[in-house]
Amino acid sequence: MSRFRVPGMGRVDHEAPVKFRFDGVHYAGLAGDTVASALLSHGVHLMGRSFKYHRPRGPVSAGSDEPNALIGTRRSRARAEPNTRATMQEIYSGLRTVSQNKYPSLKFDVGAVNDAAYMLFSAGFYYKTFMWPRSFWDRVYEPVIRAAAGLGVAPDREDPDHYAGRYLHTDVLVVGAGPAGLAAARAAAEAGQRVVLVDEQAEAGGSLLSEPSVRIGGKPAWDWLAAELAALERLGVRVLPRTTAIGYYHQNFVALCQRLTDHLADPDPALPRERMWRVRAGQVVLAQGALEKPLVFDGNDRPGVMLAGAAQTYLNRFGVRVGDRVAVVTVHDSAWFAAFDLADAGSKVAAIVDLRPEVSENLRDGAKARGITVLTGHTVTGTSGRLRVTSVRVNRLKDGGGLGAPRQIDCDALLMCGGWTPSLHLFSHTKGSLRWDADGRTFLPDRTLEDCRIAGAGRGLWGIADALADGAAMGAAAAQAQPGTVPAVENDRTGGGIAMAELPTDRNASRARAFVDYQNDVTAKDLRLAVKEGMRSIEHVKRYTTNGMATDQGKMSNINGLMIAADALGKAPPQVGLTTFRPPYTPTTFGVFAGYHRGGHFEVTRKTPIDGWAEAQGAVFEPVGHWRRARYFPRGREGMDAAVARECAAVRNGVGLFDASTLGKIEVAGPDAVEFMNRVYTNPWTKLQPGRCRYGLLLGDDGFIRDDGVIGRLADDRFHVTTTTGGAARVLNMMEDYLQTEWPDLDVWLTSTTEHWAVLALNGPMTRDVLAPLVGGLDISAGAFPHMSVAACTVAGVPARLFRVSFTGEVGFEINVPARHGLAVWETLMDAGADHGITPYGTETMHVLRAEKGYIIVGQDTDGTVTPHDAGLGWAIGKAKPDFIGKRGLERPDLVAPGRKQLVGLLTEDRSRLEEGAQIVLDPKQPKPMKMVGHVTSSYASAAVGRPIAMALVEGGHDRMGETVYVPMPDRVIAAKITDTQFHDPAGDRLKL
Amino acid sequence: MLLIHCPCCDETLPEMEFAYAGEAHVARPADPSAVSDAEWEAFLFIRTNVKGPHFERWRHIHGCGRFFNAVRDTVSDRFLTTYPAGAPRPDLTTLMGDDA
Ligand SMILES: [Zn+2]
Repeated sequence: MSRFRVPGMGRVDHEAPVKFRFDGVHYAGLAGDTVASALLSHGVHLMGRSFKYHRPRGPVSAGSDEPNALIGTRRSRARAEPNTRATMQEIYSGLRTVSQNKYPSLKFDVGAVNDAAYMLFSAGFYYKTFMWPRSFWDRVYEPVIRAAAGLGVAPDREDPDHYAGRYLHTDVLVVGAGPAGLAAARAAAEAGQRVVLVDEQAEAGGSLLSEPSVRIGGKPAWDWLAAELAALERLGVRVLPRTTAIGYYHQNFVALCQRLTDHLADPDPALPRERMWRVRAGQVVLAQGALEKPLVFDGNDRPGVMLAGAAQTYLNRFGVRVGDRVAVVTVHDSAWFAAFDLADAGSKVAAIVDLRPEVSENLRDGAKARGITVLTGHTVTGTSGRLRVTSVRVNRLKDGGGLGAPRQIDCDALLMCGGWTPSLHLFSHTKGSLRWDADGRTFLPDRTLEDCRIAGAGRGLWGIADALADGAAMGAAAAQAQPGTVPAVENDRTGGGIAMAELPTDRNASRARAFVDYQNDVTAKDLRLAVKEGMRSIEHVKRYTTNGMATDQGKMSNINGLMIAADALGKAPPQVGLTTFRPPYTPTTFGVFAGYHRGGHFEVTRKTPIDGWAEAQGAVFEPVGHWRRARYFPRGREGMDAAVARECAAVRNGVGLFDASTLGKIEVAGPDAVEFMNRVYTNPWTKLQPGRCRYGLLLGDDGFIRDDGVIGRLADDRFHVTTTTGGAARVLNMMEDYLQTEWPDLDVWLTSTTEHWAVLALNGPMTRDVLAPLVGGLDISAGAFPHMSVAACTVAGVPARLFRVSFTGEVGFEINVPARHGLAVWETLMDAGADHGITPYGTETMHVLRAEKGYIIVGQDTDGTVTPHDAGLGWAIGKAKPDFIGKRGLERPDLVAPGRKQLVGLLTEDRSRLEEGAQIVLDPKQPKPMKMVGHVTSSYASAAVGRPIAMALVEGGHDRMGETVYVPMPDRVIAAKITDTQFHDPAGDRLKL
Repeated sequence: MLLIHCPCCDETLPEMEFAYAGEAHVARPADPSAVSDAEWEAFLFIRTNVKGPHFERWRHIHGCGRFFNAVRDTVSDRFLTTYPAGAPRPDLTTLMGDDA
């Protein structure tokens, strides 16, 4: 039995010891313990060091609002997690935990020198201290701050766990399984609704777990709880413990994070670690209760100082006394009951200090019966103790203001209670408005547009009877039913209190270490200083001081921070307002957000029918949009440059085969197809005969190039449109947009056929030797089937649409066959071409070959601000057409002004290869910053040209032919001559073979 | 995630199935060559960017594929109504009641 454990008390299993480690030391807790309760049972309060000042800290709460007791948990090198709240982590056999933010040890930490330098680290110190010199930031400030401040250490291995996700539709979602939530779930379920009840704790019960002396419906609280949970199960209510509602989104969409294995010693590896439930609820009942506020006084962060309600929970739920000699400071009745429970369990209560001049008779009687000293009208002005509180400094509040002489009261724990504030976070996620309750000096939920109700302490009601009644009423209302009867409650310890800003003191307030935000080490002085230095909005005060910006999202600090800021501003709290609460409610793993979407499932990888063949051939792939495409096919130990040079030579001298299946394809059909094409593409289509193709250029209405591709006219009323690989979906969407909303009178159908056709591109002077024997029903000789022809035929016995087009400058055919035949036809072509040395080539070779011909790639050589004229494609515009998308845009003043960036070729004087993206200047000797006149868009080594080639966008480039421009690089300046973009076979003779 | 009513399918479906498509009732001039630079600029670039009820276009891209119009309150993110493309602009006073 550990020293502070009370035999027989709590919901822990006193027969089931559980061994775990903290900072290398072995401890035994009990099944049902958290790390915090187990350590407290051994009298260990010191669990961590604070973020900025490295002050020793212990748990201040017993729940998810814990700001101090953040620990690292560890199963293995990869299964390790920093910043876990010791108050939430359940222990299991073999659990290893470590304290954080300390060096070299938790009990002796050199970083605590920051604490001595407290005056340097006041509000806004980031903004003041590190302004200059700028070079100091990288070399001095940042490394030092990073080493000294900060939280835990992230694991350095990939997370081996997996995370699940599920959608859930339900009539009623109840968040919080305390008395209000239990009653709401029961009422809704009895009205026939599908109900889901969730709670972040390991078991349902909420405040009942800390109040076992209450009797409900004639039964002890925990017997009633067990019976109630059994009744909910019979009614089909889905009860999810260890499940946190992290965010409340539009239209009753609530995200729940369910923790499945973090409490298990030896979890089944098949289990996901966590599961994200995405719930769409008809009605939501928020029954999250209220959060206890700390009091703000000098030394309120010393280990052993904690919330009174937390001490009550440690005692009643876990059977742990938080100290032998306990003092209490409070402004609310609830702390008195915690003191009474501790006294009854054998702790000495040294004193109850209450700032209120009077308290109720039954509190006084309760204290008197237990021999507890009562100091009403007193305040606390400090604490002592290095790693644990040893005494508290108490002064009488004089009637006319001012404080009496201090006295010292010895204690090993100090319980504080600054009253309670409703848990408003989820309600605030709905953009719900808040109402200031002047009597309770707290914000209460007011109105929301969601189908959402708040029950119990979450809307300012106190006590278990009220929570049960309100929960039942809200659950019934959510089910549109009449509320049923509510069980009678005996021994309900209700009460009230007042609210305070920081406590009065007789000492120099500017030296007080009265913490408001424990996790970010923000003091009352910091908040007052922020106001003094000109911060007026609470949002500015928050950012200047970082109050409420730590991982606990200000669950404890927001209201206290507001009270102090309001006091400093001389305004009422509602005039100052609360900062915005945002999801997630508690820190949530990246893993559960990612869910299944990681690794190969992060996003789709689209593969062509040839993909498997290419992989078997050892192709190196590259992503293009969502596609993965073969970039090159290395032979032996060939690198990319060698492979690409070999593939290029094969196409220029023999025959190459390229998988162009990713090309976007849209079938445009219908009586008005030609009119539609005339309006959409810049080119004229009316006179294009069926069986012929044309290069099509697509603009936006702003006049800039959006896409391009070869388009074949299959029949009077049918076009086979191709788009860029990445542009297919965008082009179809744009076509649908104009067709549906601007020209609904046109009778045209648009169909995406990208994935229906495999496209096999054969290119090179020997192409026809390979293809001709395989073609049925079509003469593909140069005379019968010239460049830019399209026809239906068979290839290798498979029905095909055969295009004679070229993106290489060589004789080329694009064989479109139904995708399911793609691989068979590909393999037939490879066999048929074996004697001609047929060579598969990838996208890198395709890029080189097209660049040698000056064919642009939209998105590489254009950037969304390039007109057809800029790109040298003015010839593609049907000037006689009355309108097309972009025609009017091309007349815009900026688009016809001189000095536009235009696409040109570049040849370097020293025959070096330029870097794509490199900037271009006219005069390399000009002072910096130089005027940049353009940039390199494409650059390749070219065997066919005999030197590297490049394309670039250059201001007024078309009028600079033959001029020399300069490309400044880190080590030198490269001179390059502006040329035409057609580097190879400019007359296009090879296309006509 | 919002729920959106597609007027074509007559079903209320998750936002994932839809794609936003900019402000509604911005008609492309019937004869663009006849409009001034300023008018063309207004058509291309000038949008109302309202705080409150906003007339906007959506496409049921992973469903029926139709473009349609909606009125959405940009403050609350609530959809007040959806209606087919080409239908007249609905009356805000009727839609919003006292809040208009
Ligand atoms: Zn639809």
